[in-house]
Amino acid sequence: MGEEKRLIYLDNAATTKTAPEVVEAMLPYFTELYGNPSSVYSFSQKSKEAITKAREQIAATLGAQPEEIYFTGSGTEADNWALKATAEAYRSKGNHIITTKIEHHAILHTGQWLEKHGFEVTWLDVDEFGVVKLDELKKAIRPTTILISVMFANNEIGTVQPIREIGEIAKEHGILFHTDAVQAFGQLPINVDELHIDMLSSSAHKLNGPKGVGFLYIRKGVKIRSFVHGGAQERKRRAGTENVPGIVGYGAAAERAVRTMKERTDKERELRDYLIDRVLKEVPYTRLNGHRTKRLPNNANFSFQFVEGESLLIMLDMDGICGSSGSACTSGSLDPSHVLLAIGLPHEIAHGSLRLTLSEEITKEDIDYVVESVKKIVERLRSMSPLYEDFMKRNH
Amino acid sequence: MGVYSDKVMDHFQNPRNVGEIENASGVGTVGNAKCGDIMRIYFDIDENQVIRDVKFKTFGCGAAVATSSMATELVKGKTIYEALEVTNKAVMEALDGLPPVKVHCSLLAEEAIHAALWDYAEKNGIKIDGLKKPKSDIHEGEEEEEY
Repeated sequence: MGEEKRLIYLDNAATTKTAPEVVEAMLPYFTELYGNPSSVYSFSQKSKEAITKAREQIAATLGAQPEEIYFTGSGTEADNWALKATAEAYRSKGNHIITTKIEHHAILHTGQWLEKHGFEVTWLDVDEFGVVKLDELKKAIRPTTILISVMFANNEIGTVQPIREIGEIAKEHGILFHTDAVQAFGQLPINVDELHIDMLSSSAHKLNGPKGVGFLYIRKGVKIRSFVHGGAQERKRRAGTENVPGIVGYGAAAERAVRTMKERTDKERELRDYLIDRVLKEVPYTRLNGHRTKRLPNNANFSFQFVEGESLLIMLDMDGICGSSGSACTSGSLDPSHVLLAIGLPHEIAHGSLRLTLSEEITKEDIDYVVESVKKIVERLRSMSPLYEDFMKRNH
Repeated sequence: MGVYSDKVMDHFQNPRNVGEIENASGVGTVGNAKCGDIMRIYFDIDENQVIRDVKFKTFGCGAAVATSSMATELVKGKTIYEALEVTNKAVMEALDGLPPVKVHCSLLAEEAIHAALWDYAEKNGIKIDGLKKPKSDIHEGEEEEEY
């Protein structure tokens, strides 16, 4: 193998590196304490205790009770469960659900599926920064509304929603409130009681935990049916032998994320702002997507006019930089990101988006390297772009 | 990025014939910004109907850039009738294939050649046998799979 290439990983909204202390916590549960938590003998009790501990660790970070945490295989599963099982359990009360146009596909496609099965879904618009309009939320409420589901923070543009206000509105009207907190959990402080959250989805691998494990917080008293049928695991709500190492890893990751949150996110926020300021100042015809301040501490999302996102990503990759884009070519469809369209971007500008999401390991020197690379690449792609050619001819 | 052949990556990183031709004999622009790819091809065609020079500009993904580059290579020095025979399949084969979701990029390249030839024919008041008026939007009729 040749010389190791510089790698600057700026796709932490996609997934994160599993923290070494998390891996260490998990390891015994593969080769030593591998017993099935449901078995009777004392050897298996260790596995059961490990799950109990993880449940307690996670509950503590949310101000929740341990028995309100239900482990799943992913954040997507938690989202599916929250919507489908609530819809089923509360069908006698109503068939109306309110959510937004900028949700993750796990909510978007589940909502669309429910629409095909007799439910009515209101898809709320957002403003130009991606913030839900509270007056429109209030207006959308009907006597038949059973659930409001609004993501805590957006995975693409990083915008943080007014969750407390939404929780209050839901509570006033006696409607259940679910939030997809896959991006926010571990990045922002969350207390389910203070924010009036009834259900919350999350995923371990977004906060330096392992892949393949998530959870759904379900407030005590919420009627929610089983989503996966089988054994008696997870209080008979989610059958299947527990992913013991994964769950242990999630407990350790959640505990770590809360312990390090202040220092870690302060550092990320500072470098994020440095990145945003430099890019907006040094690359012409560029905009920041999402809200300037109400955004995840590690998220920057830009649109570079006249260039296409996938080309940009490939060229960044050649410089050892990992990022992501909302262009059609990276979404596997012909349309660019639904989030970028929802904040009002024209298609051609949505195609030229670049999301960079930092971790605590990123340094100022890394950001400087990235800014130089972005400048060079955007210039090169513009020199090849017929859109840029037309623009320059019109304006000069 | 793993999904592309070495040839595609080569043509993306070192695209051939990028640029513009002033007072070109024919210019063709196809695709649309809505779908995320626009390709423009310029021809300089001599009195014997040979494509003396060709340039392109493309707004699009890696495959769109690579197919434009390869298409210009395949038509350079050819007569307009030979250029007409350069199909999207030929472009794809010359690039050692494209991922299925990127096949439309090669169609775009074929369309761009046809559009530039159409422009040449119109400017010179001639008819090129076998050349149909190019579609401006190659995505017409494409539908996304439901699941």
